[in-house]
Amino acid sequence: MSTGMPPAGTGVPAEPQPRRTQLGPLAQVVEVLDSLPGGGLILTTVESALNWGRASSLWPLTFGLACCAIEMMAAFASRFDLDRIGVIPRATPRQADLMIVAGRCSIKMAPIVRRLWEQMPEPRYVISMGSCATCGGPFFYDNYSILKGVDQVVPVDVYVPGCPPRPEALIEGILKLQERIKKEPFLRRQALAALDGRAGAR
Amino acid sequence: MPLRTEELLLNMGPQHPSTHGVLRLVVTLDGENITDVRPDIGYLHSSVEKMMEHRTYVQNVALTDRGMDYLIALNNEAAYCLAVEALAGVEVPERGRYLRVIFQELNRIASHLVWLGTWGIDLGATTLFLWCFRERERELDLFEQVTGGRLHHVYFRIGGVYADVPDGWAGACRDFLEYFLPHIDEYHQLLTQNPIFEARTRGVGVIGRREAVAMGASGPVARASGIAYDVRKAVPYEVYDRLGFDVPVQASGDCFARYLVRLEEMRQSVRIIRQALKDLPAGEFRARVPVAMKPPRGEVYVRTESPRGTLGMYVVSDGGESPYRVKIRAPSFSNLYALTEIMRGWKIADIIAILGSIDIVLSDVDR
Repeated sequence: MSTGMPPAGTGVPAEPQPRRTQLGPLAQVVEVLDSLPGGGLILTTVESALNWGRASSLWPLTFGLACCAIEMMAAFASRFDLDRIGVIPRATPRQADLMIVAGRCSIKMAPIVRRLWEQMPEPRYVISMGSCATCGGPFFYDNYSILKGVDQVVPVDVYVPGCPPRPEALIEGILKLQERIKKEPFLRRQALAALDGRAGAR
Repeated sequence: MPLRTEELLLNMGPQHPSTHGVLRLVVTLDGENITDVRPDIGYLHSSVEKMMEHRTYVQNVALTDRGMDYLIALNNEAAYCLAVEALAGVEVPERGRYLRVIFQELNRIASHLVWLGTWGIDLGATTLFLWCFRERERELDLFEQVTGGRLHHVYFRIGGVYADVPDGWAGACRDFLEYFLPHIDEYHQLLTQNPIFEARTRGVGVIGRREAVAMGASGPVARASGIAYDVRKAVPYEVYDRLGFDVPVQASGDCFARYLVRLEEMRQSVRIIRQALKDLPAGEFRARVPVAMKPPRGEVYVRTESPRGTLGMYVVSDGGESPYRVKIRAPSFSNLYALTEIMRGWKIADIIAILGSIDIVLSDVDR
């Protein structure tokens, strides 16, 4: 370990010290905060920290409709293991903040999907997994019972293509959603909404 | 003053982690006891039978994967292809028939693994889910090498199969079977002697032999009630009459018996695949069938043994390019009816065990 003192009697000027050792521990914290995106203002820093936490613990609703749900289960199971990116399924919409609509949604099921989405606390996100949930897929033509895209009843954030999408594709979709959540100015949006006298942010 | 009691109406589903899809059960409860169960189905009705009337015979193979029971895509394809072949009088080459048997049995194992894993979660054994999917992923790799798909294959064609297996695939399949057989014993070790598992399944949801016949139960549900009926033995199709295998039967008719039957079925499937790989003949794997095929006017009903029971396919042709009518006899539909009828009198927690033991897939019930 260097003591930070120049060696005696050599006459060689001391090497410039790293900034970290010159500053105290508090300044180190400031430096870390500065390195965060949009750092400097304490509001955005808190927001980044909160977003990081939200993006790293997405809890989806255990909710499968059709074939894609099997691939979703495979994504949760041994080989792909979604737990490692913080995605843990919850059985009730009250504890979930992500809804993965996996599979075709019939017209009879559509009001229930909408109600489940309404039961989820805000901020909430929806991934439309597979062709059927995105646009009706193979059930688009000559069909009287399947909804042509689940975005007719709930707002969708990420569409994952495929019939069914591989588990890797679903993981990619979740990573894309995480990227989006990390950039989201949700505190600022809520603050502005409060200033405007509006109740909800979204 | 006497305690005032009243019946409670409970809606289970359509979003419920243990209904294996979008099934709604309207349960009437007297305390913990079930007095009535009414299944409300149709939340996944995909009108696949109607769609088939608008597509050609060849195009419909892709619809059987998705519109019917999605866990057993290859068994659905087989049932449909057999029906159309019987209607049009197409003769499938030997190699094609053997390959179809191999893939149907592989799909049976994959389907039973999903059933065991999800039922394990329902009963509180999360380990089982991870173990079963570990084996299943290796099996899906085998599927992928041949068909290109993990879940939906569109591999069978009218008159045979789409493509031959690649070089070295038979060896990889034998390796998988070697790897898989000891794992069946592992499941037995985990569950068969497990007191919690036994308490929740043994003697629960008993369906007698007579009720099972009267309510149209088939497949493992019927075989667990002492009915030694398997379509592969009774009305052999493909090359099942040349392959040796046993039909596991249990007499007690409870959830535990259904579990034992399915585990033994996986072992028998391994036996069938091994024999079929050994006898696999060389030569053509697909008969020449015109793309715009027009079977003669007529109707046909074909029965097959899907992992859930008797899968029937009724196809009517009016001589055109697409079928006049297709009716699918779904095994899950009858099994669900049979078991919801006998749910009365059991406790509310037993619904989960009984429902899981039927192995329903709602896509098969609703179609």
